[in-house]
Amino acid sequence: MSGYLEGVLVLLAVNVVFAYGGFLPLAAGQLNLGLAGFAAIGAYSSAYLSNVFKLPPLIAIAFAGIVAGAVALIVAAPVLRTRGIYLALATFALGQIVQAIILNLEVVGGAAGYPVAAFIRLPAIAATATVVVALVWLLFATRFGIAVTAVHDDETVADLMGIDVRAFQVAAFALGSAIAGVGGGLYAHHFSFIEAQYFNISLSITIVLYVLLGGTQTVFGPLLGAAVFTLLPEVLRASANWRYVAFAAALIVLMALRPEGLVTGAQLRRLLGLARAQPRHAEVAAALPKEPSG
Amino acid sequence: MSATHPILRLESVSKHFGGLRVVEDLNLAVRRGVRTALIGPNGAGKTTVFNLITGVFPVDAGRILLDGVDITATSSHLRIGHGIARSFQNIRLMPHLSTLENVMVGQHCRNRGVRGVLQPVNLVPRNRWREAARAALVDAGLIEYERSTVGNLPYGVQKRIELVRALMAQPRLLLLDEPAAGLNPAETEALQAQLEKICIGGLTVLVVEHDMHFVGALCEDVIVLDFGRKIAEGSPEDIRRNPLVQEIYLGAPVAQPMERHSACSA
Repeated sequence: MSGYLEGVLVLLAVNVVFAYGGFLPLAAGQLNLGLAGFAAIGAYSSAYLSNVFKLPPLIAIAFAGIVAGAVALIVAAPVLRTRGIYLALATFALGQIVQAIILNLEVVGGAAGYPVAAFIRLPAIAATATVVVALVWLLFATRFGIAVTAVHDDETVADLMGIDVRAFQVAAFALGSAIAGVGGGLYAHHFSFIEAQYFNISLSITIVLYVLLGGTQTVFGPLLGAAVFTLLPEVLRASANWRYVAFAAALIVLMALRPEGLVTGAQLRRLLGLARAQPRHAEVAAALPKEPSG
Repeated sequence: MSATHPILRLESVSKHFGGLRVVEDLNLAVRRGVRTALIGPNGAGKTTVFNLITGVFPVDAGRILLDGVDITATSSHLRIGHGIARSFQNIRLMPHLSTLENVMVGQHCRNRGVRGVLQPVNLVPRNRWREAARAALVDAGLIEYERSTVGNLPYGVQKRIELVRALMAQPRLLLLDEPAAGLNPAETEALQAQLEKICIGGLTVLVVEHDMHFVGALCEDVIVLDFGRKIAEGSPEDIRRNPLVQEIYLGAPVAQPMERHSACSA
């Protein structure tokens, strides 16, 4: 495999992980613009763990996810008090705070950046990304996925249906942050050098864009969004500097044509409905139990 | 507990929005296993009473007792677990979920805790919760819409899905907010049949409804509200003959508009 191809695929895998970090809060209706901050927490804590404590990179990255998730749990109470545009601003501020703290944290290099000794290659990164995607897909095939979507669609009714709205909002926020932390850890251990400036607002916005353009309604959206927006700039590479213009234009066209994202739930259900024959009513009625046993 | 012991009791309940007294010192009791209608003109506070019972708003004064247990301070998301489920005046299904998933939302209160939340309802085709939800859709004659996005379905179908969702909580008390509003006569009849079927098991129903034919056919008790106060209660027959209720619903004597007419032409 050429170095270029490996580089693109690593970027793709890391971006897919970031995208699922953005998907969880968005699926619950939260616009989180502090994802880069949680990615930074993951990157720096995993780098510190592997540099100082000599933990194997993948173990360090798993811990980094836990650290980012724990920080999210702590800040969730004040941050999730806000909603809508104010939530976006609060999370944006949170990202800025994390960046500022790292810039002043001499133990991890401060403004000079932080070199990472351990190195991981594409197979480990791709495997981690696959595990993350599989876990999120599995999670959303449980009642959790239904409850989070219910919270997104109608908080009042979700609450009256017995769903602890706040608990699901906190869970989505913390899990998304943990995944962003894992993404940061992967990035740190492949590119061998991290600096606070990389984890800025434009990283957060890019992550949110992956999800919004891919679609927030199904677990396939973030994968598709991250893939399209990692690979499209590479395809457009031939046109040198103009590729960013073309990329931005493609973004606007896509938003106009598919405002709910590339894949939507209704579309997916239509496809599945075509693939599976509709069962006949009488047969289903005879085959089904009346009530679950407990 | 005796059959006459009310399943729901409101004691001196009041609710004000700013200076507006929406519910004022309301006392009411819903008999167990009885279908009770809550009627009254627009703005009488009927939906607010539902919102107070389900905890959407806290009461300003008074107590709400379910089966003798004081639930006045119980948070809204726990009340369905006590056995109170409801439908909504304007359909409030989850637009991004399929029909089946919407129905499964109704099971949530019986599926709490980490194990309940991690039930693989969309992963294992024969998951018992999924099958129970499908069986309920089969019973209601709605299984053909199982995978449909709810927003695209006819109004009457959405109303019936909302009813199935509420029933999945296995409530003791079902609150229906204008279930027949916006339905055509055939749909109203289908709904009435569905409600009569579910009431065979002894479910208590409290229903806000304007359609007096529907109320007369379905309900045994009627409570009349006006300006947040109870002004009458009794059987549908009693209520129909009650002069106070007639005045509220039909307005003052028929002569008045004619007088106004003559005043205009004068």
